[in-house]
Amino acid sequence: MAETNVAQVEKKEPLFGKKERKLLVDPLNDNNPITVQVLGICSALAVTSLVYPSLVMAISVIFVTAFSSLFTSLLRHYIPKSVRMIAQLIIIASLVTVVELSLKALNYPVYKQLSVYIGLIITNCIVMGRLEAFAMANKPWRSFLDGIGNGLGYGAILLIVGFMRELFGKGTLFAGSPLEWKIVGPSADYLINTAGTGYMNNNLMVLPAAAMFVIGVIIWIQRTYNKKLIDVS
Amino acid sequence: MDYVNIFLKSAFIENMVLAYFLGMCSYLAVSKSVKTAFGLGLAVIFVLGITMPINWVINHYLLSENGLLHIDLTFLRLILFIAVIASMVQLVEMVVEKFSPALYAALGIFLPLITVNCAILGGSLFMVSREYTFGESVAFGLGGGFGWFLAIVAIAAIRERIRYSNIPAPLRGLGIAFILTGLMGIAFMSLMGIDPAALAAAK
Repeated sequence: MAETNVAQVEKKEPLFGKKERKLLVDPLNDNNPITVQVLGICSALAVTSLVYPSLVMAISVIFVTAFSSLFTSLLRHYIPKSVRMIAQLIIIASLVTVVELSLKALNYPVYKQLSVYIGLIITNCIVMGRLEAFAMANKPWRSFLDGIGNGLGYGAILLIVGFMRELFGKGTLFAGSPLEWKIVGPSADYLINTAGTGYMNNNLMVLPAAAMFVIGVIIWIQRTYNKKLIDVS
Repeated sequence: MDYVNIFLKSAFIENMVLAYFLGMCSYLAVSKSVKTAFGLGLAVIFVLGITMPINWVINHYLLSENGLLHIDLTFLRLILFIAVIASMVQLVEMVVEKFSPALYAALGIFLPLITVNCAILGGSLFMVSREYTFGESVAFGLGGGFGWFLAIVAIAAIRERIRYSNIPAPLRGLGIAFILTGLMGIAFMSLMGIDPAALAAAK
């Protein structure tokens, strides 16, 4: 008897059902924050010249979106409508301060590399956008998943762009981290070129503008396969 | 002379949009017509020019260890800066509405949107990390705003024209806007070789 009871309860309100799964998976393709919702591009592009800082940035954003959604959703009945922007900003700013200080303590070189862009997670439109569009109207657990999903969608684009730019621009992957990998042996000066393998670095990919090209091409490829996203206007 | 240099440098050489990718969201979202882009650009110049000196004063006299409180409060920087920006935008909105209804009507909904424009907070954070003085921060704010204004008006003009050209369907709209911004960034890079300080010294 007890077992059927549990099953019934779970049926009513499953902790991780189809809807919850959709919240996590949807932002990866159909509703991607960067390529479809056009949110959070500001801080995304400048950090993607290397994979490792992109990874750190992605993890920070996932943390901030997830927990700001959770806290905003918990407080949603107590926040007056007229000051909700400032209330949300304070929640986000506190979380970003936590991220910034922890990163400073744990990994100073990456903190230096990311410089102001960690602080700029506050004005990252993904965070604000999801709070406004989702967390203010939904229960905490769902908002939390929605936050993680959107953070993942953002992080996926960041990693793809970082991967392309670092591989073609510098001939390395994960430079600066313990996983560092180079096209040639460790003795070659990978900043200038990778003599010996015939591979020359493509300096265009190191420029900030290359991030725009890579994302433009990602959008192109994505919309070729996902016809319903095509801009008809 | 130093202030002119900083103005030129932040407007052209280190353009907020094309070199640092700040304020990208509203840049891509509001650049479909030149008219709205123009209004948003003006509002950004205005808000950047005002918040930058205020944040400088707060950072210098309230948060730093040598300030009035003699306590290192820099960990409060992000929260205070964003609060200042949010309230300044609100205040600017009210003042403009009261004294210049024409300008208020022209800016419309773009004023409140500016709170979450990364260029504003980014400007303040750059100001701190580059250790500008008060006058330099004013010049940096106005110059950065002007650069942002130039970039958004330029892309809006290009996007108005490009609507009539034959682009592959999946690339239309957002995709081509990204690629255009990349090309504009490369074009602006040609200004990078100019060093205003060296030019002034040569005179």
